[in-house]
Amino acid sequence: MTVLILGATSDMAIALARHLGAKGHNLQLAARNAEHVLSLKKDIEIKNKVTVENIAFDALDYDSHYEAYQRLSVKPDVAIVVFGYLGEHQTGIKDWKECHKIIDTNYTGAVSILNVIANDFESRRAGTIVGISSVAGDRGRMSNYLYGSAKAGLTAYLSGLRNRLFHSGVHVMTVKPGFVDTKMTEGLPLPAPLTAQPEAVAKRIYSALLGKKNVVYVLPIWWIIMTIICAIPEFIFKKLKL
Amino acid sequence: MSKTSVANWGNFPIIEADKISFTTVTELCDLAQSKSTCIARGNGACYGDASLGSTIISTLKFDNIIEFDEVNGVLSCQSGVTFDALLRFLIPKGWFLPVTPGTKFITLGGAVASDIHGKNHHVEGTFGKHILNMEILLASGAVVNCGPDEEVDLFEATCGGMGLTGVILSVKFRVKKIESAYINQVSIKAENLDEIFELFEKYKDTTYSVAWIDCLQGGSSLGRSLLMVGEHATAVDAKVKNPLQLVGHEQKLSIPFNFPNFVLNKYSIKLFNFLFYHKQFKKITRSVVTFDKFFYPLDFIKKWNRMYGNRGFVQYQFVLPIENSKAGLYKILDEINRQGMGSFLAVLKLFGESDGLISFPMKGYTLALDFPIRDGLFEFLDELDKIVLQYGGRIYLTKDARMKKEVFWQSYPNAEKFKTIIKKYNPDFKWKSLQSDRLQIS
Repeated sequence: MTVLILGATSDMAIALARHLGAKGHNLQLAARNAEHVLSLKKDIEIKNKVTVENIAFDALDYDSHYEAYQRLSVKPDVAIVVFGYLGEHQTGIKDWKECHKIIDTNYTGAVSILNVIANDFESRRAGTIVGISSVAGDRGRMSNYLYGSAKAGLTAYLSGLRNRLFHSGVHVMTVKPGFVDTKMTEGLPLPAPLTAQPEAVAKRIYSALLGKKNVVYVLPIWWIIMTIICAIPEFIFKKLKL
Repeated sequence: MSKTSVANWGNFPIIEADKISFTTVTELCDLAQSKSTCIARGNGACYGDASLGSTIISTLKFDNIIEFDEVNGVLSCQSGVTFDALLRFLIPKGWFLPVTPGTKFITLGGAVASDIHGKNHHVEGTFGKHILNMEILLASGAVVNCGPDEEVDLFEATCGGMGLTGVILSVKFRVKKIESAYINQVSIKAENLDEIFELFEKYKDTTYSVAWIDCLQGGSSLGRSLLMVGEHATAVDAKVKNPLQLVGHEQKLSIPFNFPNFVLNKYSIKLFNFLFYHKQFKKITRSVVTFDKFFYPLDFIKKWNRMYGNRGFVQYQFVLPIENSKAGLYKILDEINRQGMGSFLAVLKLFGESDGLISFPMKGYTLALDFPIRDGLFEFLDELDKIVLQYGGRIYLTKDARMKKEVFWQSYPNAEKFKTIIKKYNPDFKWKSLQSDRLQIS
C-alpha cells in the first residue's frame, strides 16, 4: 500500500517512514521543505524495494492543501498526520503569535488537510486516516493547555471523522503517544519509564493500524495515568499544579 | 533548555551538559555557530570522557544511508548510523563491515574518530584503512572533503583524532563480501602467557583472532587464556537454509539497575574466570557460530556496564611494542596480581603494523582490562602507566578517562604534528572535549 506521511521531518515520522518502508510499503513524505526529506527518501529506497516520493507541504498554508493533495502521483491508501508544534507555553500565554502558531499547527492545519483527504477517501470508500494527537488533549493542565487544547480539538475532530467515515468503510485512528524521546522534547527532563523511543512508537502505530484500532495510547501506562487525571473532580483538580 | 546528565559507557565521569541533535547539515551549522565550544558524540560507547564537553552535538539523528555500490562494495553513509543498523542492511545482501570492534552499538563517526580496530587488525588494519572519502564540517563552517589522497593532513588527523578536527558528516568506505552470517570458530586453551604468545604467532594468518585472559592466575599459570580465532564461513559451511539471514540478533537480557558495589569482588571475579576457562573441556574446539556470538558476545546483555555499580568503571587498554610485549605483560599481570586488582574481563590481542598518524595500534600485544572504580584505583593505574611508558607502549584514547597529560605526550610519537593539524583546522579550539582539555591537546 501507499502511505502519505504529513510532517515527515519529525523523529516520529522518520521512525514511522523507516518502519513502513521495511514492511514493504511505498511512501509519500511531505515536509515544508521537500529537500529536507530527500536523504531520508534515499535511505529508505536503498534499504528496501519501495518507491518513496518527497513532497512539499506546508501545514499552515491552508489554501495550498487541496492542490498539494491533487498533485500526488497516486492517491494514498493510508494518510498519517504527524506534524505538530509543542511551542513555548510560557511565551504563548503572553504572545498571541506563538499561541496562534500552536493552535494553527496542531489543529487548524490538521483539520484543513484532513478535510481534503477525508472527502477523497469517502468517495473512494477506502483508506485509513491516522492522526497523531496527544495525551495532553485529554485534560487541560496549567503547564501546557495551549498545546493541550489544540490537541483536544484534534482528538474531537478525529472522533467525529471516525464516526462519519465508518459508514463509508474508511477507518480513522487516533494516536496519543505520551512522552516520546525526540528533538521536540530535547532538554526536557522526561521520566524514562514514561518515555517511548520513536522506533517503539512507530511499531505500535503500525500494528494498531493493521488491527484497525480506534484510539491508541503507545505506552499502556499512559491510559492509566490519563484515566486517573480525568477522574479527578474539577474542584480538586483546579487546586493542583499540574 | 535544561542540562542533561551524560556519561559514556564506563559511567565515569558523569557530567551535566547541553545535548543537541540535528538531521540536516544546515541545522548543524546553525547549532555550531551558536556555541563557542562543542564536541560531537555518537552512541557514547567510548568508555571515558572523549565525547563529553559543555555542549554535546549528538549525531544519532543524522543516520541515513547515502549510497551503496553493490558491484564494488562501496558504502556511503551519514556519520550517525550505527554498526547495528549497517549490519542489518549489509548482511542480508552478502556484505560485512571491513573492521568492527567488540560492540555493534557504535556509530560510523565514532568508529572513524577512534580509528577502531577489530579482531582482524593484524591482517586488515584499522577502520581508517578502508575509507575512500569523508566530509567534515570545520570550525569555519566550511564542509570539506578529505581522503587518503585529498586534504591528506585533515584525513590523517581525523582518523583516530577524537573529533577534534571537526564534525564528521559522512563516510564512504569499502565493505567486505561474505557468503554467510556465520563464523568458523576455533577456540584453543593456553596454559600460560608463553603458550598464548606461541598460539597468536601460529594463527597469525587467520583473519580474526582474540584471546580472553584470566588475569588472576599467578606463577606457572600466569596468563592462562582462551584463544578464539575465526574465518567467515562459506554458505556450505554454515549448513543452514538461508546462510545470510540474521538469526538471534536481538538483545534478550538487560541489567535493570546498577549493581551494588560489592557484587564484583576478588572472589566473584575468580569464580567467573574459572568457569569461563573450564567451560571448554577440550584443548581445541571447533564450531560454527553466528557473527553476533563471535564478534559481539557482550552485546547480548543490554547495559552490562551497570554491573560495575554506580561509581562506574575504567577500561584500561594499552599496547606494548612486540619486542617488549612479553616482558611488559609479565610485569603488568604480576602487578595486578600483587594488588589483587582483578579485572572481570581481560582481552588480549596481537596487532599488526601501526596505521595512522594518531591511531592507537602498533605492532605488538594489546591488553584491555576492566576495573571498577574504587579508592586507590587511579593511583594504581598511574603505576601501570609508568610500566607501559617504560616498555614503549601507549594507552587507547577511546577507553581513557584518567590518563595524565604527560603520559599521552610521551607515548604518542606524532602528538606534536597532530596538534599542529588541529590548530590549522580548528584554530580557536571550537571542537574540544573534557579529554582534549585534560591531555592539553586543545
